[in-house]
Amino acid sequence: MAAISREEVAHLARLSRLAVTEEELDLFAGQLDVILQAVARVGEVVADDIPPTSHSVPLTNVLRDDVEVPCLTPEAALAGAPDVEDGRFRVPRILEEEA
Amino acid sequence: MSDLTRMTAVQLAAAIAGGEASATEVAEAHLDRIAEVDDRVHAFLHVDAEGARAAAREVDERRSAGEPLGPLAGVPVGVKDIVATRGVPTTAGSKILEGWRPPYDATIVERMRAAGLVILGKTNLDEFAMGSSTEYSAYGPSYNPWDLTRIPGGSGGGSAAALAAYEAPLTVGTDTGGSIRQPGAVTGTVGAKPTYGGTSRYGLVAFSSSLDTPGPCARTVEDAALLHSVLAGHDPRDSTSIPQPVPDVVGAARRGATGDLSGVRLGLVREFSGEGAEPGVMAAFRDGLDALTKLGAEVVEVSCPHFQYALPAYYLIAPSECSSNLARFDGVRYGLRVGDDGVKALEEVMSLTREAGFGPEVKRRVIIGTYALSSGYYDAYYGQAQKVRTLITRDFTAAFEQVDVLVSPTTPFVAFPLGSRTSDPYQMYLADLFTIPTNLYGGPAISVPCGLSEGLPVGFQVMAPTLADDRMYRVAAALESAVGTLTPGELS
Amino acid sequence: MTVTLPPYEDVLARYEPVIGLETHVELGTRTKMFCGCPIDFGGQPNTRICPVCLGLPGSLPVANRAAIEATIRIGLALNCTIAPWSRFARKNYFYPDMPKNYQISQYDEPLCVDGWLDVEVEGSLVRVEIERVHLEEDTGKTQHVGGATGRIHGATESLVDYNRAGIPLVEIVTKPVPGTGALAPIVARAYVTELRDVIRSLGVSDVRMEQGSLRCDVNTSLSRPGEEWGTRTETKNVNSLRSVERAVRTEMIRQASVLDAGGKIKQETRHFSEETGDTRPGRSKETATDYRYFPEPDLAPLAPDLEWVASLKAALPELPRVHRKRLQADWGLSDLDMQSVLNAGAVELIEETVAAGASPEGARKWWLGELARRANESGIELVEVGATPAQVAELQRLVDEGKLNDKLARAVLEGVIAGEGSPTEIMTARGLGVVSDTGALTAAVDEAIAANPDVAAKIREGKVAAAGALIGAVMKTTRGQADAKTVRDLIIARLS
Repeated sequence: MAAISREEVAHLARLSRLAVTEEELDLFAGQLDVILQAVARVGEVVADDIPPTSHSVPLTNVLRDDVEVPCLTPEAALAGAPDVEDGRFRVPRILEEEA
Repeated sequence: MSDLTRMTAVQLAAAIAGGEASATEVAEAHLDRIAEVDDRVHAFLHVDAEGARAAAREVDERRSAGEPLGPLAGVPVGVKDIVATRGVPTTAGSKILEGWRPPYDATIVERMRAAGLVILGKTNLDEFAMGSSTEYSAYGPSYNPWDLTRIPGGSGGGSAAALAAYEAPLTVGTDTGGSIRQPGAVTGTVGAKPTYGGTSRYGLVAFSSSLDTPGPCARTVEDAALLHSVLAGHDPRDSTSIPQPVPDVVGAARRGATGDLSGVRLGLVREFSGEGAEPGVMAAFRDGLDALTKLGAEVVEVSCPHFQYALPAYYLIAPSECSSNLARFDGVRYGLRVGDDGVKALEEVMSLTREAGFGPEVKRRVIIGTYALSSGYYDAYYGQAQKVRTLITRDFTAAFEQVDVLVSPTTPFVAFPLGSRTSDPYQMYLADLFTIPTNLYGGPAISVPCGLSEGLPVGFQVMAPTLADDRMYRVAAALESAVGTLTPGELS
Repeated sequence: MTVTLPPYEDVLARYEPVIGLETHVELGTRTKMFCGCPIDFGGQPNTRICPVCLGLPGSLPVANRAAIEATIRIGLALNCTIAPWSRFARKNYFYPDMPKNYQISQYDEPLCVDGWLDVEVEGSLVRVEIERVHLEEDTGKTQHVGGATGRIHGATESLVDYNRAGIPLVEIVTKPVPGTGALAPIVARAYVTELRDVIRSLGVSDVRMEQGSLRCDVNTSLSRPGEEWGTRTETKNVNSLRSVERAVRTEMIRQASVLDAGGKIKQETRHFSEETGDTRPGRSKETATDYRYFPEPDLAPLAPDLEWVASLKAALPELPRVHRKRLQADWGLSDLDMQSVLNAGAVELIEETVAAGASPEGARKWWLGELARRANESGIELVEVGATPAQVAELQRLVDEGKLNDKLARAVLEGVIAGEGSPTEIMTARGLGVVSDTGALTAAVDEAIAANPDVAAKIREGKVAAAGALIGAVMKTTRGQADAKTVRDLIIARLS
């Protein structure tokens, strides 16, 4: 199975919003290569007609009624926020348009 | 009154109910013990003395008023710091949540409070429950009371160490790949993972949503069963919470304690009874097996051929889910924010925040997870792992047609020295070799001490079919009746 | 560099358009999609949130039964197959208005698939096929501060309000619609209009584009006859039915000019500009976003009970188009007249006005006349003009009762739109009622007769047509508040 290159690790780090350092890139690339080769073993299993399991417990239709439940007070909601302005969460300027 | 901190939860509850000790005395005794030893054990990240005293006082007042008390009223408990406790710091062992005080209680915390349990504080863990030694905690590791140079297991090492150091008679952990059971094994305590969905995940900082399971930790099987029955039960706030009633785990534990296992068939997993485990661990495990057969159990060898793929499948599924679950930690709504100097754009601030706030193991898993879910890779990795999960489930189902429970050592090695596996992540992952299959299946499993190897505890794992949690408690209690509980030496 | 854009007819001579529409509908359930926070608008920021919709660590979603029912009903009304088994999926990307940095949506297992909606365009029916209808959660609202336009470019910071985060959103995606030729923009508009009416008839959403409870993205591509379909662009920020039509049209023209010059159409997201009517490119990205979809592990799959779905289907209201045919018959209108009503967006308004007591003719007169004129002048939709069907019915009743004539009624209507009150109140307050006091009228008539002896003489001779001038004089004296017929009768009676 494919090894993972330093560039790929850098790309994945960007995708996951992780500003990894150059040293980390070197370290991770090696470590992740080992891990990925090990986990790639799942490919040894012939499983074309096997259905995937995403829930070990086969529940369906778990729903709730359209009934109001008390909200958080804005103080509770905003407590712990790094930066608040006008009752809203303040963030620095955004570069990218929404996807 | 003999040392309150050496008593079991059953004994403490009886003492409180009988008026021989007050809940306040019990709480104080444990707070004193924590103050005495936790500088060396570091089981606790936060001690909530005020909250504990208030809860204890309330139990005492209710007792004085003649109100009925639950079976664990007044018993102290430590809670793994990945569980939300209102107004009390909840860090998930990470810098990114340093100082965060949740505005709500997890459902299992609400249930414990309602049962009159006294929450002493939050216990240490590998960051976001990812690890097998608690060395990945951003706040420093915990230490094994059996040997302070060794790890207490992970990710819930704090919960296990607290028990072994007599800082609490009960603790709560979460088990995703073995994080309750493996620490239990290496600290000589009892750790149980209920059926997935049997205990509510509402309030559990999510690591791997389809695997995370809160569960009880204790020094005896009956204590664990009592805590299990407090924690478990359907929760409408958790869509994966099972609707079935909680099995009678306490009754099963008491039945097992009579030492009669005639008619019980134990499935010895062939793939887990040879290589992979240290010889001393295998020897202690076989001693445990012998003890159980002497109690009337029958041992049947079963083959679970897909168990060898459990570790790789897990290290695809769990990182994938965690890469998504941890995306919310971005410095916008709570927690750490780094790099906001009025010039940098949000994307950069987010990246710097997560870089500073997450440790190396978390970063590795986020990157692996992002990779495994990427288009072009999904089918080969995440998709394939979910299919392997189906095959592992079929192995379990087939095995349970022949036997009542499956048994294996809990973990391949005894407590290893701090620092001995941190440079090679995959070596660390191997600690979960025997615990992971049951997480992928969703069934219940328990680790109970079965002996020592070179002076260090060995754990015996019992795995039961989904919803049959009582079955594993019966067998575990029987083993405990034969082997007894293990007691570490005094802390140096 | 200015590009000469080809005329629209020219474009159609050489290219064939293919359009597609993606619509988001905010459901009008009482609570949010995955938590019990109430949905109401106008509250202070961050006052309608809880651990779940704020995405606090440890929170978990639980699906709203009413939202699922509404989605199934929408799917049924659009002739979709309701999936026997369906799942939610996580759509992963980072943006501050998404508390979890993933949106719970649906991916390859949507709730409803393969439907259609027949849309009337210039007398014929065009079938727009529906690819899927699925359910997801809405995001919060980000306000960009510091820039000139209030948009991202140039902003120094942003402020986020999560009140809207978690509101149920139904996404309806059409299959590509080829073969509409020059009518493509009109088909697009007609589809959104009809879709809106269908959803409104189900009572599951307000579907107000101007309020954001109906949002529309339009996909456009061009191809030369006989060739494969061209690269399509997606146009966002299309905030009214009129904009849907304009956006398709201008994008077709723009793409044609690019292709004519030998260029290639870039697959991109563009933004429609209300002011200029054209589309501008959004920020381009190097690669398409990989959302890393996977099944949502925190939610159980949906397996709608067959009997329940059948009962929902049986209880569907009449399709708006069928309903309109029935109204057309009730109102006795020709196809052309009904089309005018439809084009003006007046069907429901007239229906409600009739329900409030007016005759169909009376209702139609006001909505297609004076009110439509005002709407067009101000560039707003008819429903926004400021008069309610009940008020219009009242107005017409006053005319029918002779208390107002047409001119006076128009003046009263002005007052209604200005928010002065009901027609009756305004008529009284402003003193606009028709003068019915015969004494006063007679006096005015006599005054006019006296002032115009020649005209009076002619009338005495039998030339009643001459009465017009006297009527005019009386109307002037009474400031238009006399009934012309009554005045005429009086004059003739006086002079015979």
